[in-house]
Amino acid sequence: MVGVKSIPSPAISADERSHEVDHPSSLVAHFGADQPLRLDCGIDLSPFQIAYQTYGELNADRSNAILICHALTGDQHVANVHPVTGKPGWWETLVGAGRPLDPSQYFVICANVIGGCMGSTGPASINPATGKVWGLDFPVITIPDMVRAQAMLIDRLGIDTLFAVVGGSMGGMQVLQWTAAYPQRVFSALAIACSTRHSAQNIAFHELGRQAVMADPDWHNGGYADHGLHPHRGLAVARMAAHITYLSDAALHRKFGRRMQDRELPTFSFDADFQVESYLRYQGSSFVERFDANSYLYLTRAMDYFDIAGDHGGVLAKAFAGIQTRFCVVSFTSDWLFPTSESRALVHALNASSARVSFAEIETDRGHDAFLLDVPEFLDISRAFLQSAGKARGLTGKNG
Amino acid sequence: MSVQEVLPLGGLSTEQSGQFRADHLLVAGMVKAGSKVLDVGCGDGDLLQILETRGIDGRGIELSREGVNRCVAKGLAVVQGDADTDLINYPDDAFDYVILSQTLQATRQPKVVLENLLRIGRRAIVSFPNFGFWKMRLQLLIGGHMPRTENLPASWYDTANIHFCTIKDFVELCDAIGVKMERAEALDLYGRPLRLRMPWWVWNLFGEQGVFLLTRGQGK
Repeated sequence: MVGVKSIPSPAISADERSHEVDHPSSLVAHFGADQPLRLDCGIDLSPFQIAYQTYGELNADRSNAILICHALTGDQHVANVHPVTGKPGWWETLVGAGRPLDPSQYFVICANVIGGCMGSTGPASINPATGKVWGLDFPVITIPDMVRAQAMLIDRLGIDTLFAVVGGSMGGMQVLQWTAAYPQRVFSALAIACSTRHSAQNIAFHELGRQAVMADPDWHNGGYADHGLHPHRGLAVARMAAHITYLSDAALHRKFGRRMQDRELPTFSFDADFQVESYLRYQGSSFVERFDANSYLYLTRAMDYFDIAGDHGGVLAKAFAGIQTRFCVVSFTSDWLFPTSESRALVHALNASSARVSFAEIETDRGHDAFLLDVPEFLDISRAFLQSAGKARGLTGKNG
Repeated sequence: MSVQEVLPLGGLSTEQSGQFRADHLLVAGMVKAGSKVLDVGCGDGDLLQILETRGIDGRGIELSREGVNRCVAKGLAVVQGDADTDLINYPDDAFDYVILSQTLQATRQPKVVLENLLRIGRRAIVSFPNFGFWKMRLQLLIGGHMPRTENLPASWYDTANIHFCTIKDFVELCDAIGVKMERAEALDLYGRPLRLRMPWWVWNLFGEQGVFLLTRGQGK
């Protein structure tokens, strides 16, 4: 008989995960019936909540706030131990003492996106109208919806203009949406490994992931919560496929090559003989411990719909006409999910709008994920960009 | 006599000036304070740094990724791009000055580039090595080989400079496309301006490089 080990069930129960959905281990802003979130699909979401973290202190003239926008599977726990996984914050290379975003200098904010599953209202949250989990009754959300919700949070925090909005990948999309929707409120924008529109190839990868989730019998048309289930096999496959797109051929080869996992010879089975298989299975199974399957469907959909030029008559430069925001655009040579050509198109549009823009392509073989890793040249550029913007903003030294 | 004595630059101390290239200081001196400048082929951003010190809003384009990243790491607003292909992305009148410093000879279409400079900017500042310089002529005439100098050390087969010209050639190009010369300087081997008002042929012989402040001609 051929030996097959399927992806193991998650070590963390659905209960532990769902606790974070409604009662996150972070700050929460509640928005009542008087403050609905107007969604692009035409629905008013109300009531809703935004879970967020802050690091550092807001200075007296409220000029040192930096909003970090997280990527598809990120959350608000940028620089603290994750409450579910116990792992360090996901962007501690960039945020922390002595790092480019030093909380002794800036007031750093990061909010879980609307549609997420770490405390901001999303498909895993309880629908107050039914008392049950939203599931697929949750309205489809967009990147502009996420940003609109963040703007309401920033209002709530009493901040008029953000010193900087920073993000990579889906976070970079939110950065660009911030500058297009609220140019007066963004002094500087650091958009990393992103694009102004989701490409056909990327939509295709997302569709693959969604179909993997939906093919899991435990998905139950999105109603798995009512059955006390979670489609962890489908979601793990989705994550495995996506994870490949975050790396590069060279990085995978360097890391794993054709090396075997704890064995000398092939087992002539479908067991994880190769290290790369074992690695991917681990990525899949650890992901489902902390992420909700429906949330994954909604957030990938939001990225698919993203197209700034499409919202401005097909002319990207129109989205940024007359903008005063200082931009820094960063791409990575081996990123084939958001290749440099996408960043270049953005830079051309910003040039056509006479915007002040820096654009650096960083040479690395680490693929799309490079923005999350310790890549010194990227970190140096981020630091210098923020310091230069800080000088122009009149931020000097500790707490501006 | 040093350039900074010739051209006192506001915002720069003599000590600071000493760190910078003489032709950069000369070019910076041609830019009015408070203006908006695009430096095409900005290298490591030295000129942009001088301009920034003087409170000028400077942007840059640079072909080499290493150059761009060094500029961005200095906090400068520089993008990776090519003078031949990327200037078309900029709208008309986007800048007060567009600077092309020691880059014209490396472009594929110098005439088109020059026209673009004066479309994007109300003024252009162009500097280039003068191939009419006596040392160049001598190497070709006596040595019988393609000239190489301290500033242009590359051999003919590995140089990026594909469109060399003389000061006289450049003046003729400006005339042909209706570009007005507001100011012209010829610099000697050490980057110092030739002090005397002399006829073009003298500059063409003794200027190691030419620096021109250009504006659009009549009817442009």
